[in-house]
Amino acid sequence: MLGEGIIQGLVETARNFFGSYTEKNRLVTVQYPEERHELPEASRNFPFLLYDGKDPEAGLRCVACQICEKECPPRCIHIEKSKDKKPDFVGKQQAYPAVFDIDVSVCMSCQICVEVCPFDAIRMDKVYELSTDDRFGGLLYTKKELAKPNEYYQKIHPVEAAETDGRRVKEAEEAKAKAAAAEAAAKAKAASAASAAASGPQPVVSDAIAKEKQS
Amino acid sequence: MRDALLDRDVYEPEEGEIMEVSMGPHHPSTHGVFRMDVKLEGERVVKLKPVFGYLHRNHEKIAEHGAYLSAIPYTDRLDYLCSMTNNWGYVLAVEKLAGIAVPERAEYLRVIVAELTRFQNHAGLIGFLLQDMGASGTPLMYAFREREKILDLFESLSGARMMCNYMRFGGLRVDATKEWLDEVRALVGRLPQFVDEYEALLRANEILLARTQGTGVLPRELAINTGVTGPMLRASGVNYDIRKVDHYGIYDRFTFKVPLGEHGDVYDRYMMRLLEMRETLKLLEQALHDIPEGPVMDPKVRLRGLRPKAGEAYGRIESPKGELGFFLISDGSGNPYRYRVRPPSMINLTILEDMCVGENIADTVIILGSVDIVLGEVDR
Repeated sequence: MLGEGIIQGLVETARNFFGSYTEKNRLVTVQYPEERHELPEASRNFPFLLYDGKDPEAGLRCVACQICEKECPPRCIHIEKSKDKKPDFVGKQQAYPAVFDIDVSVCMSCQICVEVCPFDAIRMDKVYELSTDDRFGGLLYTKKELAKPNEYYQKIHPVEAAETDGRRVKEAEEAKAKAAAAEAAAKAKAASAASAAASGPQPVVSDAIAKEKQS
Repeated sequence: MRDALLDRDVYEPEEGEIMEVSMGPHHPSTHGVFRMDVKLEGERVVKLKPVFGYLHRNHEKIAEHGAYLSAIPYTDRLDYLCSMTNNWGYVLAVEKLAGIAVPERAEYLRVIVAELTRFQNHAGLIGFLLQDMGASGTPLMYAFREREKILDLFESLSGARMMCNYMRFGGLRVDATKEWLDEVRALVGRLPQFVDEYEALLRANEILLARTQGTGVLPRELAINTGVTGPMLRASGVNYDIRKVDHYGIYDRFTFKVPLGEHGDVYDRYMMRLLEMRETLKLLEQALHDIPEGPVMDPKVRLRGLRPKAGEAYGRIESPKGELGFFLISDGSGNPYRYRVRPPSMINLTILEDMCVGENIADTVIILGSVDIVLGEVDR
């Protein structure tokens, strides 16, 4: 019958219309500014820099190795290395970034900087309402705007942060143990050297004295 | 009439004048910035010249100047509706070039995400095609409702809805959790009902049948000669699916059918997508049933600073739009000496004039819609 197909289609639309009142799968609209989806943990937007403790300057994990700058596909990261050094979380002397800029208008949110960073210093943020009326400065994030505390990272990526923190604690302990062992070894060496010095040079001196006496 | 019109160079207007219309680049039916220079006699198309390149972004040269790793996020942006399959095509080429093996679990997860991509691409395409035909809004909304659920899964797996950047040579960036796989299983259980509804919505609609059957016919020989691939080729009745003929990944382990069309018209191309959506669900069920435990990444692979031996490789996959190939030449350095994409969208688009000549101007819109192009891939 002509028109049968049209009626069949209208039955479908009617079922979807009435179904949207009862079935959750059919009613999917979220009234955005008032309601919001909760973003999944893996969700990513733009990178930020992590720091430990309270002071963003002192606790910044980045050591300005510039790997992310080289690997970034759209080259949106700009780093200038510092002249002086400061100790990192295991106590090793490391450089720090004097300048660290990310142009988020260029960034393509690919997460490669996070993957290649060997210092767990850069991570992906979840913020998405970033519109600004300043086309150039407003989207060029400097070190000050990028630095965020580790607690923030633990809040937005709990599972990932727990894994990273666990690894870092282990590394720090290992480094501490290593440093302690090295210190103990150095002490033992110094002690043995000292004892050697205490017993060894004695005859020389006495010989010298003896020589002096002879002359 | 049609044969005479096909002989375009000797065409003389019988009466009246030829009118030249420039459809696009900002026409809503052209699916992006794409222009058709159409010569019309009355309402009938006499000549049609596709003009593209408005979205050219130098994809191939950028990839040649970067490391092998840094090209992966750029492949997301080729066919921006199907980033997962684009990733797969590229990593397959690099894996062939560098001789990298992929863990078992990663192969299964690749099939799962690629088939989900195929499903959402086809659902979206049918929505756009019906929208072009005048079924304003409804089919597209239904398609996007389901697509959104798939994109949510992609986001919780890879971090981004569309620009997934998920695959790596030697495996995958992150593993899927058990909960994620359960969510996919639940969704795949619900999707056959959606396909039924989606099919019942307009498949037998008399207006749609009158509009699409016999429109934009692509003959079998012409389709083969011009290198058309994917659902468009199969709608013309050629049994050629790279999942079947090349067995990349682990597709030889699954049983699925390749639907074939008969007439090669717009209706066949529309039905082809619907049938492929059903086959995709079968594939997903099998992959979700068989997926083993294990690592998803070969730890020996150097992602950063990969330097394959000098040589060349061509990796190709059956992307939702056709044969997506990546050709790489390595000279032993850290970046490819030559990087070339074989874009299915663009090669399928080259046949547009032959399908449109002799049809009405209004039908060029649905013929273009049935080709399934994404301008990001056409222009690269």
